[in-house]
Amino acid sequence: MALSLPAIMKTTAARLSALYLLLFALCAVLLVFYMTSLSARMLMAQTQDTINDEVLGLARAYQRGGLPVLVRVVENRSRQPGANLYLIADANGQILTGNVQSLEPGVIETEGWTTEPFSYQRFGEGELDRLRGGDQSAPSTGTSGAQAEGEKGHNAIALVLRLPNQMIMLVGRDLGEPERFRAVIKRALMLALGMMGLGGLLIWFFVGHAALKRIDNVSEASRRILGGDLSGRLPVTGAGDEFDRLSESLNTMLARIAMLNEGLKQVSDNIAHDLKTPLTRLRNRAEATLAGKHKTDAYRQALEGTIAESDQLIKTFNAILMISRLEAGYSSETTSPVDLAATVSDVVELYEPVAEEVGVALEASAPDALVVNGNRELIGQALSNIVDNAIKYSTDATEGPKVRLTLARVGNEIKLAVADNGHGIPDDGDRARATERFVRLEKSRSQPGSGLGLSLAKAIMTFHNGRLDLAPANPGLSVVMSFPAREMH
Amino acid sequence: MTAPQPSSEIAYNGSMKILVMEDDREAADYLQKAFAEAGHTAHVAGDGETGFALADAGDYDVMVVDRLMPRRDGLSVIAALRSRGNTTPVLILSALGEVDDRVTGLRAGSDDYLTKPYAFSELLARVEVLNRRASARESETVYRVGDLELDRLSHSVKRAGREITLQPREFRLLEYLMRHAGQVVTRTMLLENVWDYHFDPQTNVIDVHVSRLRGKIEKGFDKPILHTIRGAGYMLKGG
Repeated sequence: MALSLPAIMKTTAARLSALYLLLFALCAVLLVFYMTSLSARMLMAQTQDTINDEVLGLARAYQRGGLPVLVRVVENRSRQPGANLYLIADANGQILTGNVQSLEPGVIETEGWTTEPFSYQRFGEGELDRLRGGDQSAPSTGTSGAQAEGEKGHNAIALVLRLPNQMIMLVGRDLGEPERFRAVIKRALMLALGMMGLGGLLIWFFVGHAALKRIDNVSEASRRILGGDLSGRLPVTGAGDEFDRLSESLNTMLARIAMLNEGLKQVSDNIAHDLKTPLTRLRNRAEATLAGKHKTDAYRQALEGTIAESDQLIKTFNAILMISRLEAGYSSETTSPVDLAATVSDVVELYEPVAEEVGVALEASAPDALVVNGNRELIGQALSNIVDNAIKYSTDATEGPKVRLTLARVGNEIKLAVADNGHGIPDDGDRARATERFVRLEKSRSQPGSGLGLSLAKAIMTFHNGRLDLAPANPGLSVVMSFPAREMH
Repeated sequence: MTAPQPSSEIAYNGSMKILVMEDDREAADYLQKAFAEAGHTAHVAGDGETGFALADAGDYDVMVVDRLMPRRDGLSVIAALRSRGNTTPVLILSALGEVDDRVTGLRAGSDDYLTKPYAFSELLARVEVLNRRASARESETVYRVGDLELDRLSHSVKRAGREITLQPREFRLLEYLMRHAGQVVTRTMLLENVWDYHFDPQTNVIDVHVSRLRGKIEKGFDKPILHTIRGAGYMLKGG
């Protein structure tokens, strides 16, 4: 993929790195200035200290033996190699002795520290320069130092004193070494700054490039998914970074959309398949009644049958809608504490006469109260659907048909089991399919019902963040509703 | 009355004036005709504003209000009427049917709630019960239907002077049937009002409860009193 600069600049990563680079560079520049000025000041102070020491030494020599001793000491020191400068001049500024041949005019006119570094020429250097360049005239007076400005003269600072006999003494120190030191620091810092800049640019380029690439991968995957491949997922590198987290969230969203889509498709399939049959039957019955010549009673009967069939259709339709809505998710506004023990006794009480009528013993064991968060109506509906089924399927029990409800807390879950002792669903696959919409296992086809009871119960359990499990009860089937237990306060 | 009610004669106690707020023309016409056949007078408003104006001006026994209407939705119409002191019983019709819709509707001031699609017999039964509520029997302590007598304070039931022992739930069932004696009561209405659950029971659980109760209040007596209205529900009616 070709990367043009404007394209890079469009990426967030590049913009951020550019911003950081700028701030970084600004800090580095400030650092360079601070460091150099700090070191310059430090070196200057050091130089001044050295000069002060020298002056103190010379002052002691002067006190000891007056001018002659001072001159001797100065001459002595002037001969030693080093950065120290000495100069004694007469009241008019004529250099008498020292190791300075010439210096900038005006330097020795004012007493005290020189305000600015001045340029000078040391003894012997003039000859050296002449030997090298050949054209330099020998400066003879202190005021001729102006020429030195053009040359590669030395810079120095100095303390100028006036001796009691109006003679001038200058003690100074060459700045060459501190200046070199300063230059080294400056160069090092500039180099570091340059390297930092280069590094920043490289990081910027690669980070920007990598980010761009990953975002492009994500957009490409999205385009594929938009193209209709809902099973597609966004790439997750496993790095666990922001991109991965984003992709993971989007993938979860896609999974949910796919699930809803699948549910929708299933609903429409089921509507097509399972509602069409009763509708056709309804229509045929009406048509047949209309075709024949009947007595009023027969018409009435046909119409009553039609109404009964329509009512069943409405029930089925409402159940389908409810399942879809439950699966689409609800606001949690409708939940409140529900005492499952009370629900169990309600449903047992509701179904007890029916059970008795078909010869099924309906039993329940539950604690006094066991509270979950939920919707009382929905839980009651789910439980009554399950109990309804259990009663139907326990009637084929070999001995004493029985339905038993058990409510108990198991670990972090509250389990409400409805077990019958009928033939159950021996096949694992069938058991798993039993909660799908409209699935009516072969044996149950003869029983009345829409085939939505368990699907609705399952949707209700999902709505409650719980589960609906089918397990063999030996004999029979155990349908277990598992609710998450409430936090204890 | 001595014979069981023929199924065609869904009885009503007097004619009602019903206001139907429904924007679907066809559904509204059907309701108007069906209510007329049941002996009631129904006026139709096609949108919320018209409905509000009619309800505010007219003196209706019951209102049937669609939740989703142009210009003004049903809930806001009801809330506005209630705030103006209108206490006419309201039944909401809704295609929404969310779990909390009924709660929302009842909170807004409606008295009952029915989800589309519905059976007209269910709607009629509920509307008639709502109207009766306007002339409440809630305050009566003793209900009498024919020779059947139910004392709400002492929880005793007598028929022709003979004591009948009922289970607590049977008592509540009979109490509800007697409160709405002469009116059709549907199975879902019984499940709602006696058991406090709002769903369509899959099998005939309610029928079995009713037939048990019937056994207790009719066995040994010559006249039937608890009648089955086919395609609709039950009705308690004395001779």
